[in-house]
Amino acid sequence: MNGANDLTQAIPQAADYIRILPEIVLAIFGMIVMVLDPLMDERRNQKTLGAIALIGSLAALAATLFQSQYPGLGFWNMVRVDSFSVFFHFLVAAVTAVVILSSFEYMQVQGIRAGEYYALVLFGALGMSLMSSAVELVLIFIALEISSISTYILAGFRRRAAISSEASVKYFLLGSFATAFFLYGVALMFGATGSTSISVIGDALHLGAVPVLAYVGVALMFVGLGFKVAAAPFHVWTPDVYEGAPAPVVGFMSTAPKAAVFAVLLRIMFEANAPGRLWLIWIAAALSMTIGNLGALVQDNVKRLLAYSSIAHAGYLLVAFAALPNNGIPAAMFYAASYAAMNVGAFAVISHIGGEGERYVTLEDYEGLGRRSPLLAAILTIFLLSLIGIPVTGGFFAKFYVFSAALQANLVGLVIIGVLNSAIASYYYLRLIVVMYMREAREEVPLSPVPLGLGAALAISLAATIYLGVLPGRVLDYAARTAVDWAR
Amino acid sequence: MNSALDNSILTLVTFIPLAGALLLLLFPRRDRDIRLFALVVSLLDFVLSLHLPVHFQRGQPGFQYEVNNLWIANPNIHYHMGVDGVSMWLVVLTTFLTPLCVLISWKSIHERVKEFFILLLVLQTALIGVFVALDLFLFYFFWEATLIPMALLIGIYGHGRRVYAAVKFFLYTMVASMFMLAAILWLYAKTGTFDFVSIQNAIRGGRVDNFGGAAIWLFLGFFIAFAVKVPVFPFHTWLPDAHVEAPTAGSVLLAGVLLKMGTYGMFRFNLGLFPEQSRSNAPWIMVLALIGIVYGALVAMVQPNMKKLIAYSSISHLGFVVLGIFSFTQAGLDGATFVMLAHGVSTGALFMLAGILYERRHTYEIAEFGGLASPMPVYATFFLFIVLASVGLPLLNGFVGEFLVLSGAFRDRAIYGILGATGVIWSACYLLWMYQRVFYGKVTHPVNQTLPDLSGRERAALWPAAAAALVMGAAPLLWLNSIDPAVQNALAPFAQLASKVVGR
Repeated sequence: MNGANDLTQAIPQAADYIRILPEIVLAIFGMIVMVLDPLMDERRNQKTLGAIALIGSLAALAATLFQSQYPGLGFWNMVRVDSFSVFFHFLVAAVTAVVILSSFEYMQVQGIRAGEYYALVLFGALGMSLMSSAVELVLIFIALEISSISTYILAGFRRRAAISSEASVKYFLLGSFATAFFLYGVALMFGATGSTSISVIGDALHLGAVPVLAYVGVALMFVGLGFKVAAAPFHVWTPDVYEGAPAPVVGFMSTAPKAAVFAVLLRIMFEANAPGRLWLIWIAAALSMTIGNLGALVQDNVKRLLAYSSIAHAGYLLVAFAALPNNGIPAAMFYAASYAAMNVGAFAVISHIGGEGERYVTLEDYEGLGRRSPLLAAILTIFLLSLIGIPVTGGFFAKFYVFSAALQANLVGLVIIGVLNSAIASYYYLRLIVVMYMREAREEVPLSPVPLGLGAALAISLAATIYLGVLPGRVLDYAARTAVDWAR
Repeated sequence: MNSALDNSILTLVTFIPLAGALLLLLFPRRDRDIRLFALVVSLLDFVLSLHLPVHFQRGQPGFQYEVNNLWIANPNIHYHMGVDGVSMWLVVLTTFLTPLCVLISWKSIHERVKEFFILLLVLQTALIGVFVALDLFLFYFFWEATLIPMALLIGIYGHGRRVYAAVKFFLYTMVASMFMLAAILWLYAKTGTFDFVSIQNAIRGGRVDNFGGAAIWLFLGFFIAFAVKVPVFPFHTWLPDAHVEAPTAGSVLLAGVLLKMGTYGMFRFNLGLFPEQSRSNAPWIMVLALIGIVYGALVAMVQPNMKKLIAYSSISHLGFVVLGIFSFTQAGLDGATFVMLAHGVSTGALFMLAGILYERRHTYEIAEFGGLASPMPVYATFFLFIVLASVGLPLLNGFVGEFLVLSGAFRDRAIYGILGATGVIWSACYLLWMYQRVFYGKVTHPVNQTLPDLSGRERAALWPAAAAALVMGAAPLLWLNSIDPAVQNALAPFAQLASKVVGR
């Protein structure tokens, strides 16, 4: 290889930095928060640091929009900005902003020092953003670790609650184990194809005969990623961790990192032409939907209930992976977006109602909410209806696209399992609605007025849920561009 | 003719109640104003909906007042609405009953009044939407949308076991409609459109891949959703619970309109999209309908609870509708449609009457009453009139439809007609026996001695229903001459079976 050419290639160009602009912005704001935290008065810093973090996430949003004008590869073909990465960057940044908005009140009520919290949220968002634009397996692994480590720590942020520390340790131990699987899969994939670049792997697996090693590599990577998205049979950690972790963090980690991991999974399954996709996904999707929904039926704790529901939703989303790329990819992306909107909103409501020490998280605590706080109950109801999949909410079209994509691939069996599961699922979401509206209020549960930040968070997620339910066309069309980009 | 109004009339009629509900959100909590406003909105909607039959082109098959705009490009969803003779009258039935519901709930709802009328108006929009939608997606959307306000009406404003009834109602219909959704998705996957007319043409033209193997499952997917809604025996167990626990207005709309969503769906989608499968499955469906007629009537007879009795009588009457639809005769289908309308008016009125009594005594137990004719003569007269309409006295609305259904069923197979005809006798038994126990003889409970007779507001709610029952019975042609072409159109695939019964 030519030495001089090597040298010019070794120096990153301005264009390279544009490719990772949102990540740079998030890193800078995360560090500002960390540096300012010890310099400021402990009582007053909560709001200020939160506001800085909020600006950081909005700046990342702006950077994403700017970046979207310059699609292409950067950093020696390790990152690529395309409509796919822009979609997920936007999603992650928006979820981050909503989570930060809904954390203001929570931090104060729980008496948690805010500094590291906001910094970790931003660093986590950095990892998640990078996951969606990285097109090289080793970089994907690094991004995955950045995102995971932040969420491990965030899960244990209610320091005084033993259950939170338990959640953090459990998540950390099992999570590291799962990432090891992923890394092992990457190694085998390298062995099978001689590269860690997604596009090179894709070409190799597309043209030549597929070595057995590649199947094993895909399966191992799927184990690691399946753990992160809480797909059955790798879901066992989910209820405990969701129950213990702070509610806004659960809202965060059940949406943004999940969306990012699904982005990685899309790259591996479709862009890299992973072999053996169909049956792997078929089984995981059917198991996740069924186990998630059946588990949720018997829960009395709202956070555990939504944990099982998130397992089920991972299953619905996986159905799209079993479909053909041209409608499976947009369906999966749309599902990730609408699930993020409704779930982050639902957890914002839960974190508000939970009160100090998250004492009010059982179904009984929601009794009579419809009378005591009609607006809050109505908003939560809309999120729950969206999770059921009732029309005019994003959840409906999400399920709709996924199932119709699967039908076009003639996966009738999987669709029937999915449809039956949606019917089962309506029962437990409905239980919560029934409790809110049709049971008498018990006066013991205190209810504070909704502060501005939380109100904004709810308004944004509500608007997104309804928008996706009434005019899904634009978002779906944007997502469909990816399928065109990746077609070969 | 006013063509501008023709284009937008269906949109207006459908969404005026919703607009009213949204305005109600902004109202201060002054209950009287809220009730008045709800009444004005529902009356306005009724008056507007009269535009439909007045300017309807009778004798012309196919859909009228159509609007068809693109709503979402991918998936290919259109805002496509239109009515034929059958759905038009169901729309008018809905707009006719809603103001009566508002009137009947005037005093009986005194807590969370605002929410009640908002739910009622939202429900009205969804119900009308079901009947006018010609895009399968739009139809499914309205279909599901009826569930939530209805479940909330039962669950919040109902009686003792309201939560159980609301959840049962919601789950039964939700689970069943999932099968319909799967069938709709399959059709969309194969045809690339949700448009009812296009899908119908594609199926008739044989342009749908793998249709032969899938058709029976698609038919059943739609059928099960509709059968639960009707409800066809053995899917009926949610209905008595829902009725007994529901507030009066909820029962009126539930019996009057919601159940007709099921029979309308069978007429429009099962017959319209899958004629061959309808034909080959008709025998067992008709048997279920007959079981429903007889079983519903027999169970109604032994009910000690007035509202439960009326609920079971609905199962029996709706059995006639299903029987008529699957007889594939012009008379049977005309009759089925007419029974839908007549049952909506008379059973709606029966529920209002039962509700009026409940407001005074807070019980529906028949044994608690007796000899009411002397303290409440006007009430007793109204009750008798509606009971006679319901049992099918000639010149009142119940007779025409049941007669046509039975003549259609006879033509299909005599035994169906004979068994069905017993249902008419049963209905006379249980309704008249109930009437006797409640109104005749001496006043058995001293409390009943002083019950006040109907108030002006209650009369205002009952008069229109009674008048409609009389006009429908005396001049059924006003209805049948627009229903007939629609039925002929539906029967076109069964051309050899079609024979005109109504001269024009």
